[in-house]
Amino acid sequence: MSDAKDLIRTYIVDNFLMGRRGDNLTSETSLLEKGILDSTGFLELICFLEERFGITVADEEMVPENLDTLNAIDAYVRRKAASGV
Amino acid sequence: MPFSLDCEQEVRRITARLLELVVDQFHRRGVVVAISGGVDSSVCASLACKAFGPARVLALLLPEKESSPQSTELGRRVAEQCGLPCIAQDITPVLEAIGCYAIRDQAIRAVISEYGPQWKNKVVISRGLEGRVHFFTLVVQAPDGRVLEKRLPHREYLQIVAAQNYKQRIRKAIEYFHADRLHYAVLGTPNRLEYDQGFFVKNGDGSADVKPIAHLYKTQVYALARHLGLPEEICASQPTSDTYSLSQSQDEFFFALPYDKMDLALWAHNHQIPAATLAERLGTEAEQAALIYRDIDAKRRSARYLHARPLLVSPVPEIQFLG
Repeated sequence: MSDAKDLIRTYIVDNFLMGRRGDNLTSETSLLEKGILDSTGFLELICFLEERFGITVADEEMVPENLDTLNAIDAYVRRKAASGV
Repeated sequence: MPFSLDCEQEVRRITARLLELVVDQFHRRGVVVAISGGVDSSVCASLACKAFGPARVLALLLPEKESSPQSTELGRRVAEQCGLPCIAQDITPVLEAIGCYAIRDQAIRAVISEYGPQWKNKVVISRGLEGRVHFFTLVVQAPDGRVLEKRLPHREYLQIVAAQNYKQRIRKAIEYFHADRLHYAVLGTPNRLEYDQGFFVKNGDGSADVKPIAHLYKTQVYALARHLGLPEEICASQPTSDTYSLSQSQDEFFFALPYDKMDLALWAHNHQIPAATLAERLGTEAEQAALIYRDIDAKRRSARYLHARPLLVSPVPEIQFLG
């Protein structure tokens, strides 16, 4: 697992699963469908991504395609970091 | 028509059931109902009057400094029209003492530092129907009329909502004070859309002994309002939150669509109507209707916590719950 993905996974497991059921969180687990994150949880995740990775999440980028799985989040953060935004 | 309602029959049914629940189950002598001036609480007050008689219904008007004066006045008119004893209490001092406004404004200033006294504010939900994750935008208006908007970070969003929730929770504390001293039950006034989708404050307006119209779509509540002869301003009103100092509709704050479309969407979803069929009725695309259904399901999941009774670590089987 990449460093960024590992950080994100650890954040989600520690903050939303209280360290439990981490084995069930794979890179393709849907955070929405599995109820791991609700709407407020996504706002909190976005705050974490912005602060930890120095990116700015635009309103139109707050879509499941960018945020619903570890793989999606990792790819999104990499794109944002590469574009410098 | 999905919302057709025999109003006379429904009034008879609700009033009979109110008596069964309040008198036979709870052994209470009347009900307390807080009237905001909106259609839901007004209909509940009128139904209570028919069920128990005006002498056994206590109407409460509980405005605060950011409430709409027009709404409060409408609430008073409903109480007078029904002949209900009515107590008005401005809850602003209590809210100030508990820090409701100060805590909320601190969060607002963390996002928009210019925000100050005499400014107004509201929180607007994002257009989640465009497939995005929900987020909220803070909208503030300066005394000179300038409007500023900024997306709310989650900490500030939660702090604003938590502070504003004091308003509903303080009102409920006052309702139960009067219920206790009179040996009355407390009415809750959500309609079906609000009850289903979690548009209420846990242990605030979500708390009650009986909820007479929680099974009725908003459209049906308006039909009952007309049938009961409530003031035209109430029958023709648009739902508001009446919680923020800037005027704010319910679809701005919580629901994705105006109430009549939300009613239809909720009814369609409850009756397994395909998204494509709903889309035709709403005049939108099937994909959009599918997103509406997804949003309804997501809000229901979130509402489980709001509806939940206290959970026990181990069961106490001797205690059985009513209802």
